[in-house]
Amino acid sequence: MTNPPLDLPAHTGSRTTQVLGAAVLVGVATMILLGFFVAPEDDLMADSVRMIFVHVPSAILTYVAFSVTAVGSVMWLWKRSVWWDIVAHSSAEIGVVFCGLTLITGSIWGRPTWNTYWEWGDVRLVTTLILFVMMIGYLAVRSMGGDESAVATRAAVVGVIAAINIPIINRSVEWWADRTLHQQSSITDGKLEDWTLFTMFLGIVVWGVFYTWSMTHRFRIAWLERELRDGDLDEAIAARRAEAAASGGVS
Amino acid sequence: MLRDAWLVAAKDLQIEWRSRVTFSQVVPFAGLVLVLFGFALDANRPVLLQATSGLFWVTIMFVSTLAVQRSTSIETTDGARRALLLAGVEPPAVFVGKSIAVAVQLFAVEIVLLAGVVVLYSADVEAWGLVFATCLVATVGIAAAGTLLGALVAGVRARETVLPILLLPVLAPVLIGATRAFDDALGSVAVDGWSWLGLLAGFGVINVVLGALSYGVLLEET
Repeated sequence: MTNPPLDLPAHTGSRTTQVLGAAVLVGVATMILLGFFVAPEDDLMADSVRMIFVHVPSAILTYVAFSVTAVGSVMWLWKRSVWWDIVAHSSAEIGVVFCGLTLITGSIWGRPTWNTYWEWGDVRLVTTLILFVMMIGYLAVRSMGGDESAVATRAAVVGVIAAINIPIINRSVEWWADRTLHQQSSITDGKLEDWTLFTMFLGIVVWGVFYTWSMTHRFRIAWLERELRDGDLDEAIAARRAEAAASGGVS
Repeated sequence: MLRDAWLVAAKDLQIEWRSRVTFSQVVPFAGLVLVLFGFALDANRPVLLQATSGLFWVTIMFVSTLAVQRSTSIETTDGARRALLLAGVEPPAVFVGKSIAVAVQLFAVEIVLLAGVVVLYSADVEAWGLVFATCLVATVGIAAAGTLLGALVAGVRARETVLPILLLPVLAPVLIGATRAFDDALGSVAVDGWSWLGLLAGFGVINVVLGALSYGVLLEET
């Protein structure tokens, strides 16, 4: 007796993801156009102001992604929801990319503006770095292998610890720093030109759509992997039972 | 629960007392790190004096990963963790007990290390009360966070490498707070060291509560 092959889709795309992906491409092209050719130079920061079109959206999406991971972690611990566990994992992976992008673009921007790639006295910089390292630890826990449920539990606890510790670290480095170099909110301080502000908001929207698009794909990949593993297991059990039945033994 | 916690702590401390790992291996390691910092900073006494607080607590961070790994391996060897669960001891009691044992060992290392910085770096302690209060409060937080994360990586093949990645960033507030408090106690920077104890206490309370709540899940599932 052979089992029918697993009826799994060959790819993770759908009509919705195609629309989202196209929207991201159009959005990025528009951002390049606006960012390089329409938005003016800043009086103080000159051309380096253009870095905020990537930096600020990346920073915002970092916090969104890690907040989703924290919620997913709590939901796994509370409800044992596999759906939320996969959401937490997927969001952490994408969040680490955004967080890395935030740190890299911030450092590149800091060199001409602050005259240094890294400023220890800056609260937000140090907090973001610690958050980045913590989430690298989260992914390390995810990659340790072993029983799926145990891995999910371990990772969820790390996700909750990171979520709780970040405000403490933020407070501690704030008290620790005698001064901070970081800009106040670029959105509310009213010093940015209209086109600069518009391009930055567009960046936030495009990054948000990109997050949704990549989350959808990453979630589906993880879900299919799980289905495949479960399917393989069912198939193996059925094969052993068939062998036992054929040899007349007790299954 | 407190009685069970004390039993677990006494068990771990008794194992430590018999094996003498802390005193024969961890304390020499801590002393060695202090000496290496001296070499790295070119035996420059003013620089060493200025950096004493930070070097002391960085050494304690390193030592804490060793102490936590040791504490975790006691339970993973020979299925001792399962035996603890079967014995009917409440997981929060196991967590508190193991945290107490780690804290006692770390506190002992801190005392020896204090003598080390006084002798090797010529550190001049101006406020012994602040030094001991900082060690006490910071150690509770380190032990609680360490015991929780130690349980998290227990039974995993790569736990020796994963534990520091998880533990050290979490301990960042302790490093910052305890260093600032020591700066005041050693007179190297003009800050109010006592105000930093609040942060250390807050960190300790949060990690004790978090550990007591989640230790059971980790103990049973991992």
